[in-house]
Amino acid sequence: MSNWERFVDTFFSVKVMTKYFPDIAYGTLVTIELAVLVIVSGLTAGLALALLRSLGWRPVNLLLVFVVDLFRALPPLVIIVFIYFGLPAVDLSPSGFVSTWLSLTLVLMAFSEEIFWAGITSIPKGQWEAARSTGLSFGQTLMNVVLPQAIRLTIPPLTNRTIAITKGTALGTVVAVSEILGMASSAVSNSYNPSPLTLGAAAYLILFFPMVVLGRWLETKMRWKR
Amino acid sequence: MIVEARGIHKHFGALHVLKGVDLQVAERELVFVIGPSGSGKSTLLRCLNRLEQPSSGSVMVDGVDLLDPKTDINHARQRIGMVFQSFNLYPHMTALGNVTLALRKVAGKSRAEADALGVAALARVGLADRAGHKPGELSGGQQQRVAIARAIALEPRVMLFDEPTSALDPELVGSVLKVMRDLRESGMAMVVVSHEMGFARNAADRVVFMDHGSIIEQGTPQAIFETPSHERTRAFIGQIQRH
Repeated sequence: MSNWERFVDTFFSVKVMTKYFPDIAYGTLVTIELAVLVIVSGLTAGLALALLRSLGWRPVNLLLVFVVDLFRALPPLVIIVFIYFGLPAVDLSPSGFVSTWLSLTLVLMAFSEEIFWAGITSIPKGQWEAARSTGLSFGQTLMNVVLPQAIRLTIPPLTNRTIAITKGTALGTVVAVSEILGMASSAVSNSYNPSPLTLGAAAYLILFFPMVVLGRWLETKMRWKR
Repeated sequence: MIVEARGIHKHFGALHVLKGVDLQVAERELVFVIGPSGSGKSTLLRCLNRLEQPSSGSVMVDGVDLLDPKTDINHARQRIGMVFQSFNLYPHMTALGNVTLALRKVAGKSRAEADALGVAALARVGLADRAGHKPGELSGGQQQRVAIARAIALEPRVMLFDEPTSALDPELVGSVLKVMRDLRESGMAMVVVSHEMGFARNAADRVVFMDHGSIIEQGTPQAIFETPSHERTRAFIGQIQRH
């Protein structure tokens, strides 16, 4: 066996890949499910917190900033482990899937809150004043004038952060979630061949590459002239 | 009186920006406020629609006490149009969208009604053909005229202009002043903070000179520009006219 053949057999063994393809495909579905849930709940919670923060209620904001900083500081893996192994102590036993979903949601919530908030505060004061001078209320100004502009500004950083955090679904493998990486590593252990990892990598590429492209497309589409 | 402001004081921290200012504006009257920068003229204007909350004093507009906590300020502001130095158009909306937003959200018009009123308002400022353009596609003068249309579409009782031409290239100033002159001729009460002395001379009913947070003197344009009675007014007019 030449070196090249050995390399191909190690990482691209057709036999192994064929055998474990259904497992990786299943893992991909689990990853998609987890990712969609994290994105929807994380961004919704982040936007809700940013809107809450814009009301400028001091005690609430102090708490809010503390929570946000906490989840921005903690590594997602630590949060997953804490929820999965810690919560049973208070008679809650979330599954690995729920633990991973909850952890990544909290992290995405924290980061996206900061991004939404930065977007809201970057809108010039004159926009608020013009809208309020025509009789629009605080809430109407926020929803109709400020937020649409803020969201456009936040799309590039938000896309990047969302992709980074969604890739954290691979951390679920630590708490036995049968997502892509989890399925691939057990396939590697069973087959004594790393080819399933190649399949897994391909699955991640297929999933996340379109997200990157979508982010770029949104970025250009959402631009407007000042 | 459309506007009756009495004893307006405004503090920004240690700064005493307005020191007991009285200003009345009658129906159909154009009051022109001049004064050196930092004299408090913009702050006074912003107190008249409560964008700035006066520290003390009273502001009545069209019979509504703006400083009464029971007053619905959003409702009251519909009667007070405001135009800003930097236009402040909403960049994500078309000219028509800018003009109709408050018509729909505040005045409660349907989209069709608001669009009709919006197009009419844009026609009054000579921009009916620009209804579908975004602010970024319009010149500064056109943007400011859209901003005026946005305010007059709500049929205010008084219009406040905060240095409406200061951010414009000289060749675009005329188009905005023309719209303001038309508005004045239609009988709109107006308070204008501006350095356009030529406009003040031939359009204002009354010129108010402010310095250091107080009204120093006021009178007809002739009286203020030709025979000012105060040394500070004379000095300011002299400086302006040398340019």
